[in-house]
Order: sequence, then structure tokens, then C-alpha cells
Amino acid sequence: MIAWFNSLPPTAQMTLFSVLKIVCVLAVLMPMIAYSTLAERKISAWIQDRHGPNRVGPAGIWQPIVDGVKSFLKEDFTPSHVRKAYFWLAPMISMIPALLTIAIIPFGSQLGSQKMVIADLNVGILYTFGIVSLGVYGIVLAGYASNNKYSFLGGIRSSAQMISYEIAMGMSVVALFMVAGSLRLSDLISYQTHCWFIFKQPLAFIIFMISAFAETNRLPFDLPESEQELVGGYHTEYSSMKFALFFMAEYANMIAASAMMVTLFLGGWTLPFGGLDQPAQSIGMGLAQIGIFIAKIVLLMTIFIWVRWMWPRFRYDQLMDLGWRRFIPLSLANILITAVVLWAIA
Amino acid sequence: MDALFYLFAALTLLCGILVIANPFSNNPVTSAMFLVLTIVSMAGLFVLLHAFFLAAVQVLVYAGAVMVLFLFVIMLLDLKEEQRRSIPLFSAGLGLIAVVAIASVIIGRLWKGPFVNSVDQPTMEGATTVLGTKLFSDYVLPFEIVSLVLLVAMIGAILLSKKELK
Repeated sequence: MIAWFNSLPPTAQMTLFSVLKIVCVLAVLMPMIAYSTLAERKISAWIQDRHGPNRVGPAGIWQPIVDGVKSFLKEDFTPSHVRKAYFWLAPMISMIPALLTIAIIPFGSQLGSQKMVIADLNVGILYTFGIVSLGVYGIVLAGYASNNKYSFLGGIRSSAQMISYEIAMGMSVVALFMVAGSLRLSDLISYQTHCWFIFKQPLAFIIFMISAFAETNRLPFDLPESEQELVGGYHTEYSSMKFALFFMAEYANMIAASAMMVTLFLGGWTLPFGGLDQPAQSIGMGLAQIGIFIAKIVLLMTIFIWVRWMWPRFRYDQLMDLGWRRFIPLSLANILITAVVLWAIA
Repeated sequence: MDALFYLFAALTLLCGILVIANPFSNNPVTSAMFLVLTIVSMAGLFVLLHAFFLAAVQVLVYAGAVMVLFLFVIMLLDLKEEQRRSIPLFSAGLGLIAVVAIASVIIGRLWKGPFVNSVDQPTMEGATTVLGTKLFSDYVLPFEIVSLVLLVAMIGAILLSKKELK
């Protein structure tokens, strides 16, 4: 087996390793998506002094699996007034960007000689923003395809919201890359071994985090689906597995956003003690660093869920005001101050 | 590598044709979505040229921002299927001039003989840094002019969207 592997040309070896990594990442990501729904329901229950799902298995731990089976077995109903092609495409398009973002995030240092990242691009962050900016199509098309005023309003709201907050989000991280001097995410992590960016650029972190809430359509910015006014927003007309795909896309986006925040601001797979801030020399260390990365994501996901059950929804004009009149000037000021400080040091 | 080039080139051309002359649908939203596909497959061509920065910006700016706004406007303005209309003579003339101009540039270049690989083999490392340095040293004047033009366009858009000036 090993002899056969070593006889392969380098490109074939790289392809094989990449496929292996993609399979492993998906094998971790999919259960994470499923179990974040359970976490959401459990945490919301604790916050509201309820029990939450507790019937399927001990403390309800098989609930996500049962939910998945239910989604598959329900009737997949297509209303007669929808635009069929887009109606079918929209759930898929909303799922894809979340998965593509994960591809460039370094989820560990190395195992053996293999770097624990699917694609280490030198334009890393630009790739991410490019993919994230495509995420809006799923929701807009769902709103358009449903041919229903509530869905349509949801789709329009989400496209305005996502475009607005993308700008603030993109500008908040410019300061980081000015300090680190590279767009490559693995360089950013090695830079953060001295000091995490959350301490060096706290303003950028706050802007990025709040924009991430808006980008993933989470409360307090879930206007695209606000139930009280829009029934269910862009997924009003969807049922069965198509609805479940939108639901999964939301959680996949949350995980992708958390992973981005961990990489950009919380030092990625590093911890500042015990030699965990250097690339691993042994398999055990490598696995420990992957564990650290996942633990940090889980922490941020908990914050995502916690915020949802603590805050009321913003009004639409407040949302736009916050994005355009607060965050964009603030992030521009942050860039300017960072540039002046860097110039003063140099 | 060659196979990928032909794949992306064919995809770009096919989607480009479907933007303007789709035999199955006159829906403007469909045209816009095919334009997004054209842009994304062009980004694929940039990747094959090792121009990762351009590819990323292509997707980010055109597919992610400009086309979303297009879609936004199309959806808000006109939700009915677009009727086939007679093409105005003026736009047809302008289009023809543009096609002839671009074709003459390409044919003129091909006339001189085959392409030689004048640029150094592009590398993955530091492509963005090189681009940035060039932009802010050799091409600083064009860069500033472009940013001024964009600023003027921005001010103009805000002015036009304001119904009444206070």
C-alpha cells in the first residue's frame, strides 16, 4: 500500500490527500451541523426554563437523526405557482458557499508532513469573501422562485442586508492584513502566536462578529425570515428536505463564520502555552491542535445561539443605519489608525 | 491543464450566448444568472493563468456585488417575462462597432505571429504583493484617476436617488 502510494507522481499524491482531507472535514462538519440544531434547542430551552427535546434517547441526543429521517420521509410538495427550476436550485445554491468557505481554513497545523488545510491559497481571505458574496443568491432566488410576496420580501431584505454588511465585514479585516502583511490564512495564524488579533484589533473583531450575525441572517438580524411579519420569509413555500437544506445551510454558514473568526481573531489552532503554538511534531500534538480548533468553534457557536435567545430583532432602518452609518465609518477609521501606527513604528 | 482551459472557455462562451440569446426562456432573471455563471467561469480562466487575485476579485466584485444589485433591480422593476422587442438601430450600431474594434485588436495581434511567453513563469507566491506594489508605484496616476471616476459616479448616484435636495 505505502510502496504503491510512494510510486505515484506528486500531483496524484496531492489529489489523493486532498480528497481524503475533504472527506474527513465533511465527516466532522455534517454531524456538527446536525448537532448544532440540538444545541440550539437545548440552550434555548435552558434560557427559557424548559427541558427542550428529551424524548429520543438519553437527554434527546438522537433528536437530530430523527429530524433528518423525518425531513427525508415527508412529502416534498411543490406549489403550483412557483418557478420550478429556481425553486429546485435555490436550496442547493444556499448550501454550497458555506461548504466552499471551509476549504481554505487551516483546521490544524500538520499530521506527519501533511498540512491540515484543504487549500492554502495566497489570496485566502479574498477567496472567502468572494464565496461568501455568492451566498446571497440562494436566498434571493428562493424568494423569487416562490412567487409569493412574503418570500419575495424576505429575499429582497436579505440581499440588501448581506451586501451592506459584507462591506463592513471586508473593511474590518483589512487592518488585520496590514498588520500581518499577508493575505494567507496560515501566515495570519503564525503571526498570532505572539498575540491574538482579538486583543490587538478589538474594534475589528466586534465589527466582524456583528457583521457575521447579519451575514448568516441570525437574530438580532433575522429580518429575511422574521416570522411575525413574513410568515417564514424566503422559505415559506418550502417543505421536506428542501426546507431542511435551508436550515442546514444556516448552521453551516454559522460554523463557517465561527471558523473564520477563530482563524482571524482567536489564533486558529494555537494555544499560547505547552508548545501548542508551534506546528505539531507528533501525531498526538496534531490531533490536539485540531481539537483546540473545534473547541474554539464550539465556543463561538454557543455565543451565536446564546445571542439569538437574548436579543429582540432590529427594525429594518436600524439595521441599515448600523451597517452604513456606524460600522463602515468605524472600520475606515480603524484602517486609518492602524496605518498611522504602523507608519509611526516603521 | 489544457482540458480545464477548454472546459472553462467553452463554459464562458456558452453561458455568454445564453445571456443574450436564450432559446428556452426570455426571463431577465435567467439572463442575469447566466451572466453570473459566465463571470465565474472567467474567474476559472484567471485561476488557470495563476492570477488568483484577479480571479477572487472577479467573483467578489462582479458575481457577488454587481450582479446581486442587477438581480435586485430586475426583480423589483419587472417581474413579468420580457417580451421579444425589435432591437433599436442605435444600440445595434454601437454593438457592431464594439465587436469590430475588439476583433480587429485580436486579429491584428494574431497577424504578427504566434504568442511568445514573454512573462516569467507565474508563481503562486506573493502575486498579490507584486500587484499592489505595481499599482502604487508605476501605475499610481491611473489608479488615482480611476478612484476619482468612481467617486464621481458614487456622488452622482446619491444625487440622482435623492428626490429633493435640502
